[in-house]
Amino acid sequence: MNVWSRRLRRFAIGLLGPVVAIGFALALSAVILKISGHDPWQAFRAMYDYGKTRASIISMLNRSIPYYITGLAVAIGFKMNLFNIGVEGQYRLAAVIAAWAGAAVKFPAPIHVLFIIAVAAAVGASLGGITAILKVTRNVHEVITSIMLNTISTGLAAYLLAAHFAQKNKPGDLIIKTKEIPESGWFPSLNGLLSRIGIELPIGSNLQGFIVVAVLLGVAYYFLVWRTRFGYDLRASGINPFAAEASGVDPNRMVVTTLLLSGGVAGLAGLSQVLGFFHRYTIDFPTGLGFTGIGIALLGRNHPVGIAFGSLLFAFLERSAQVLDLEGVPKEIVVIMQGVMILSIVIAYEVVHRLVEIQERKAVVEATHEAPPGMEVAAA
Amino acid sequence: MTSDGSAREQRPVAVAPGSIAAAPAVELKGISKRFPGVVANDDVNLVVQPGEIHAIVGENGAGKSTLMKILYGMQRPDTGEIRVNGEPMQFKSPKDAIAAGIGMVHQHFMLADNLTVLENVILGSEPTKGIRIDFRTAYDTISDLGRLYGLDVDPNELVETLEVGERQRVEIIKVLYRGAKILILDEPTAALVPQEVEELFRNLRDLKAQGSTVIFISHKLDEVLALADTITVLRGGRTVATVDPKDVTPRQLAELMVGSELPTPETQESTVTDTVELSVTSLGVRSDDGRWVLRDVSLVVHRGEVVGIAGVEGNGQAELIEAILGLHPVAEGSIELAGHDITTWPTRDRREAGLGYIPEDRHRRGLLLPSPLWENAMLGRQGVAPYSNHDLLTPAGARRATEEIIEEFDVKTPGLDIPAHALSGGNQQKFIVGREMSSDDLKLLVAAHPTRGIDVGAQAAVWDQLRRARKEGLAVLLVSADLEELIGLSDTLHVIYRGRLVATLDPAMVTPADLGSYMTGVRTQEPATEEAT
Repeated sequence: MNVWSRRLRRFAIGLLGPVVAIGFALALSAVILKISGHDPWQAFRAMYDYGKTRASIISMLNRSIPYYITGLAVAIGFKMNLFNIGVEGQYRLAAVIAAWAGAAVKFPAPIHVLFIIAVAAAVGASLGGITAILKVTRNVHEVITSIMLNTISTGLAAYLLAAHFAQKNKPGDLIIKTKEIPESGWFPSLNGLLSRIGIELPIGSNLQGFIVVAVLLGVAYYFLVWRTRFGYDLRASGINPFAAEASGVDPNRMVVTTLLLSGGVAGLAGLSQVLGFFHRYTIDFPTGLGFTGIGIALLGRNHPVGIAFGSLLFAFLERSAQVLDLEGVPKEIVVIMQGVMILSIVIAYEVVHRLVEIQERKAVVEATHEAPPGMEVAAA
Repeated sequence: MTSDGSAREQRPVAVAPGSIAAAPAVELKGISKRFPGVVANDDVNLVVQPGEIHAIVGENGAGKSTLMKILYGMQRPDTGEIRVNGEPMQFKSPKDAIAAGIGMVHQHFMLADNLTVLENVILGSEPTKGIRIDFRTAYDTISDLGRLYGLDVDPNELVETLEVGERQRVEIIKVLYRGAKILILDEPTAALVPQEVEELFRNLRDLKAQGSTVIFISHKLDEVLALADTITVLRGGRTVATVDPKDVTPRQLAELMVGSELPTPETQESTVTDTVELSVTSLGVRSDDGRWVLRDVSLVVHRGEVVGIAGVEGNGQAELIEAILGLHPVAEGSIELAGHDITTWPTRDRREAGLGYIPEDRHRRGLLLPSPLWENAMLGRQGVAPYSNHDLLTPAGARRATEEIIEEFDVKTPGLDIPAHALSGGNQQKFIVGREMSSDDLKLLVAAHPTRGIDVGAQAAVWDQLRRARKEGLAVLLVSADLEELIGLSDTLHVIYRGRLVATLDPAMVTPADLGSYMTGVRTQEPATEEAT
């Protein structure tokens, strides 16, 4: 049996899901545009033309970083059937505390950055840990806990910022923000590297260096889940917790470890902004990244490459939507497209999944084709 | 109506279809039914006389269930003819079959636990008075039916409080309530202990005396010979013979069923050694709500020994297994595996110390159904070579090991990347047995119902493997509901009843009837253990 041709076929069938879903989302958006009296072709054209400019691509890459990280954080939980809906609160509380801590200390450059990353991961992990402990000791469902913790942590983040972490602003500056992190705690941009290989960025564009961390996280995620025993235990628990338990996996320990990891990764989601853009936490820090991450994990089927595509797609849609206002089209149409995409992808995956299953059964019947026992004799 | 009261009618035995005097209650002619890749029924002929108990025997996969589903309208034949009381029939659904007076008691009971007997019986055909359900009429009808056929159940009792045998009586009443004159019973004795089987047989004889026709599906030959008026043997989807039980010996019947040589679970010479691999001492386990579900259980399994645990399901077997595996906490007592006290060890350490496990429910405890076979092969040994170097998986080694399992244990699959759910039940079971037994440092195998629900070929293969491993020095703790399997494979046999070991028996001396009386608590061997509470 040729393993590679089978894998290739599987991959092709796997690709069918997202392609169908994206096509369906485009078609439905076109219908909506049409009904609301706009020319869908023109709108899509404008989005595409604007989206492919160099400034847009840089912006898209930067936007995709937090999406990718929240997507990974959610996917870690999904891999063992845990729904960490608390990513939202985890990254926000982590960002504000890490920004404050980063501004309060002074270390040499790489250590300063690592320190801020560690603080953020620790804050995210402890929120995940609360969810885990309540689940393991009190059997509280993680969705309930993490939704509640979202409310608590966003409130706590706002309170900490306003009451304790905010710097004294100059008169006239109404934006509440933490003190600026000293330059040793900034994550360098990749502009220098890009210009060295001949890519010059438009003025004001910066490719955030944190994208390297995101890529490394993706690689680490893949390695952990598919190449280590821990990852095997994780996947086994997700597929069949009873069989996993009988095989020697301690379910409680898995829940705790997984939610700590998921929360820890979630804690890093705001850092591309903290370390590479604002250099502090401000009142207009982006929100909702955690919820988007859930959709992106779904879109990417919890696979690091899929999640990368999902986050780039979402980032592209958001960036290119900015042009729609100029065309007189409400840019909220993009939000609808994102929603439709996630919905249709869930359906498309299910359809593809069944197709694959039928194929596999057929293969087994063909390979083991044999008459039922005793078929050849028929006495009396 | 020819279906009533003609039980004593003269009729030839080993009937050829269509050559009888009065119209048969059921006549199936040339029935064929194909499923993708399998011919379930191939030109099957069956004649059931009115007022007789007609047994249909055959191994798992012989096509008995399919044939009965066709007769009950659950499946439609590809070809062939169905006649009931001489009338040709076209059943589109069980509704049509019920209308023709056919009722079926399924192997797995279809009762709502939280309803009473009465509510279950009338469910779907409630007698009404205006828009209200007429419970009084229903109660009277059910009581009458019970009295008439000796089916003794209180209509107001909740089904969840009933024993297995009582539940089955409810199923029979349900069928009679709908006016069935022809009853199909699919493996009715599978879940019953010997005493309940006798009770069932009494009921069936009463039904026959009242003029009903009974079609009885089984693969237990002693039962069939004791009960049936006529026996039809199916093999490989075909009718092989129709015989009179007076004319055949069990052995002849078995050979008709299997074709030729008989697989038996018998072990040969003893291979028991003095080395203790498992020692359970005064073990006590509480359920999650604090009740004692296992108390004062002590047993020893030596190298090369198979120790069987007999018991009606739900008497503590599951808890015993879970305690040994470390899936359920131990409240008192201790467990030693190969000389180590493992009472408080986590499951992983126990498994890596040489504990193998064939689970009772392979889908629930034994497999990752959507995962490829080579990942399933690692399950339980994901922390050891050749599957991993403790922390990192070694897929190449895992795949090689999986190939060996497939080869050695004759698992039929097109490859290693096929997900477990695509295999047939027998092949899944062979795969699990192979996985658990292929470890080099296996000390003790806990086998729970290792051949449940698999065909005779796979069953023989599993028995062979268990015997071979025992000879090579494996210690096996065998929990099974198949008394023949227990008696045939075990060197020592314990009976578990209400969470206690109530008897220790020599499998060479014991009969299934003896076992049954211990299993139901009718007899106890060691009153001493009773006082230890």
